[in-house]
Amino acid sequence: MDITRLFTTHRKLLVVGFVLFILIFLATFPLYGNAYYIRLLTTILMYTVLAVSWAMFSGTTGYMSLATAAFFGVGVMAMAFLQKTLPFPVVIVIGGLLSSALAFLIGLVTLRLRGIYFAIFTFGFVMFIGQTAYYIDSHILGNVWGHQIILMDPGMLHYMMLGLAVVTLLTIYFIRRSRYGLALLSIGGNEEAAEHMGINTTMTKVILFTISSFFMGAAGALMAPAIVYVESRIAFNVFNSFMPILMAIFGGMGQFYGPVIGAAVFGYLDRTLRVELSEYFMLVFGIILVMVILFLPNGITGLIQSLQNTRPIAKLLHRGKEEQHANT
Amino acid sequence: MTEELPRLIITGIMTGSIYGLLAMGLTLQYGVCQVLNISHGEFVMLGAMLTWTVSASFGISPLLAVAIVGPLLFVIGFLLQITLFKTLKARTPSPPVFEGSALLVAFGLFYVISFVARISWGSRSFLNTVLTDRVSFLGTSFALNQIIACVIAVALGVAVYLFLSRTRLGRAIRATAEDPATAGLMGVNTSMILAFCFGLGTMLAGIGGILISWRTSINTQIGFSNTVIALVVVVLGGLGSVPGSFIAGILIGIVSRLVSGFWESVLIVPVYYAILMILLLVKPTGLLGKR
Repeated sequence: MDITRLFTTHRKLLVVGFVLFILIFLATFPLYGNAYYIRLLTTILMYTVLAVSWAMFSGTTGYMSLATAAFFGVGVMAMAFLQKTLPFPVVIVIGGLLSSALAFLIGLVTLRLRGIYFAIFTFGFVMFIGQTAYYIDSHILGNVWGHQIILMDPGMLHYMMLGLAVVTLLTIYFIRRSRYGLALLSIGGNEEAAEHMGINTTMTKVILFTISSFFMGAAGALMAPAIVYVESRIAFNVFNSFMPILMAIFGGMGQFYGPVIGAAVFGYLDRTLRVELSEYFMLVFGIILVMVILFLPNGITGLIQSLQNTRPIAKLLHRGKEEQHANT
Repeated sequence: MTEELPRLIITGIMTGSIYGLLAMGLTLQYGVCQVLNISHGEFVMLGAMLTWTVSASFGISPLLAVAIVGPLLFVIGFLLQITLFKTLKARTPSPPVFEGSALLVAFGLFYVISFVARISWGSRSFLNTVLTDRVSFLGTSFALNQIIACVIAVALGVAVYLFLSRTRLGRAIRATAEDPATAGLMGVNTSMILAFCFGLGTMLAGIGGILISWRTSINTQIGFSNTVIALVVVVLGGLGSVPGSFIAGILIGIVSRLVSGFWESVLIVPVYYAILMILLLVKPTGLLGKR
């Protein structure tokens, strides 16, 4: 009984077991982990939500959205304004819905155009909404000093973020398998052909962009208590637009779990490098971004796949598969 | 209120001519090299900060800095295209993928440049204005530096336009923008043309920065807002259209002065966005765009 055989015959079981193991680990961690690591895991989960929902729309269609920070910030601001009047979970949903409404409007205006217009528009949109929020907040409402968010128990926050991440992953998993997922893929492949096949491409894009931004807004609302002190210029940091993209590309968007890997790696790096390198973090982030795009365009999962096709171990794996095929 | 109007419009044209210069650089980089350079504003910042360094440590007048800083930024842009973006182009399977990847690489560049700038100059503001004498002009007074900056910007804009439309090299550039493969077959050294255009783009951004530094105080954070302005102007003028971007730059300059004069300067970017949104709905190709 060799090990490759085990991997090929019980692949599905192993995957399910691995996912269960991670879920159990994440669910039980607040019971014994210390506060620093709980926050680290919460951050990773947040980035997972952002990266997976970004990849669901932009990764498949090729329309690069740079507005993640805007949706995230809308969630954060929703929490800042509504935390005193409404219960916490309701605010999360409201944050998500507000982001969706914004995404719907942006989508209607720009998703009929070529992808580059969409990228430009969404890039500037982060600055637009940041400035507008700042104006409304400080000039009209008079909150010159920003908002203090009510603190929450980190364990509780962690569970809620875990819940959101699971909901996001499940939703997107099913969207990818549905007609809409196929429609998105065909838009990414050749939009004109997709249109000729009877897909209402604009509407499909707008709807899925709206759905993906719901999760971004909800993640923002959930993350607000961890930011503690909220000001529009912190909430709408353009960095939050690019981090999920880096994660999704690093992990690889060909596979559903690629962005999750990216989020885990860079979520960890984000926390630790920021503490250890402080200012140099910017430099390191910039260089990593350039390097990943130059040398890992298909991400880790893409790299593994291309290695599997060339390495002797992979050949062994494939032979195992063939044998299994022959036996049945 | 109404007597304010002519003054605001004239200062708007003066600011706008610099915006036009920035946007021209960006539109050249996008139209010819297919790189939507999100780090464009950082080159504006570099131009301004290098001018300060040149005049503070070598005692060279900021007016003459154009002759030193301009070529320096050209070289930086040239090298970036010939190393980074050329490699990227060879590694990406299709033009749309290249556009997306180049945008992300430019963002990485944005982080690297702004970090290097922050390390070398810190985050305090510098004042390096020249020719601050007031000149009476059309009933109101303007700083001399503003007028000269406007004249230089317009002259450069016209020069670049004439260069692109009249000279042999300009024709080669337009051919490369139209169809790089065919241009290559006709004997155009396309990789040199791309590098030249990218360098020209960063140089125009840098000169814009120099002109800004004559007039106002500068710091290492001025890059990002200039990027957004340049992007808005470029879309307004039509992506890839050089004269369109210059005209749109002047329009946006006037709008920005009017908004800050009659309303709130915080609302400048929101107003840009309102304009951009209406334009994309009505005429997505911009003022003078073709596609």
